[in-house]
Amino acid sequence: MTRIGVVVFPGSNCDRDTLHAISLAGADPVALWHESPDLGGVAAVVLPGGFAYGDYLRAGVIARFSPVMRSVADFAAAGGLVLGICNGFQVLAEAGLVPGALLRNRSLRFVSREVSILPERLDTPFTRALPIRRPLRMPVAHGEGCFFADAAQLDELERAGQVLFRYVDAEGRPAGDPDHPANPNGSLRGIAGVVNGRGNVAGLMPHPERAAEAVLGSDDGMWLIRSLVESAAASAAASAATSAAGPR
Amino acid sequence: MSDAPTREFRFAVNVLPRPGILDPQGRAVEQSLPHLAIHAVSAVRVGRRIELSVAAPDEPSARAVVERLASELLSNPLIEGYTVEAVAAASSVRSDDGGASATPAEAAG
Repeated sequence: MTRIGVVVFPGSNCDRDTLHAISLAGADPVALWHESPDLGGVAAVVLPGGFAYGDYLRAGVIARFSPVMRSVADFAAAGGLVLGICNGFQVLAEAGLVPGALLRNRSLRFVSREVSILPERLDTPFTRALPIRRPLRMPVAHGEGCFFADAAQLDELERAGQVLFRYVDAEGRPAGDPDHPANPNGSLRGIAGVVNGRGNVAGLMPHPERAAEAVLGSDDGMWLIRSLVESAAASAAASAATSAAGPR
Repeated sequence: MSDAPTREFRFAVNVLPRPGILDPQGRAVEQSLPHLAIHAVSAVRVGRRIELSVAAPDEPSARAVVERLASELLSNPLIEGYTVEAVAAASSVRSDDGGASATPAEAAG
């Protein structure tokens, strides 16, 4: 069974939901402790939501320098799949593994509510299971989720197809204006999630693991989790084939 | 490790949002000003000041450590800028007068 790691930082609080969602998607979830650099041979890594190291100084910055993150950076550099959710997105942005920065919400308020996000692309390891491009409902819960990059960087992200999700209204229209009511935090161009240039590291502010079963009000988040599991299984199979064929 | 004698150097790092980046905290402060009947204040930017001591053989090497710390940890260069200044006292805030005023050195500077 495909093993997928979920990093547990002091202050992570969505790690168990994420482990649960991964097992619902048919993979073997593995908790990875922040003090250990050992990723245990997992085929993908998820950085879950929460308040890693208390979010002191800036959200995600202390976590960035933890032993596990050095291994995650090496794993990503080798092409490994990494998904950061909410605080995990903040950690990835602070580590420079995905572009941009997450600023204090424009409202200065912590927002905890359901939003709709529209995937820009279905040809990524994080969205490939989705049969059609449609808005996905899932919750956000954060105080620092306002996506920022300067205008030139934003243009480059759009040109390179690195915008993965945008906040949209109930009809699926983009909430690009930072003051749009469907834009929960003032994110520039309504950006809710991005992917790195190589396409193997992604982060988003909304919580797919909190929308993983119908009983939770939405199971749209499972499309992301299932995509990750499928992609991880494919990459594990590929690397097994490579090492079987290799000289060794 | 070097055996060179070291001294303690004290610094302050001032971190501020870069120009042009929306600062909702600064805006919130501005919006509170009418409640204080203050109308002549504008362009409020809210940042963070970190004071720290470094043991080093000389001031330039101490400052180099602070520069690295400021750029890699204390600020995010995408969204924030910083300045480093030497601080004479253990703290630039005095406790004997309620902690509200700057040191003479800083007030003069």
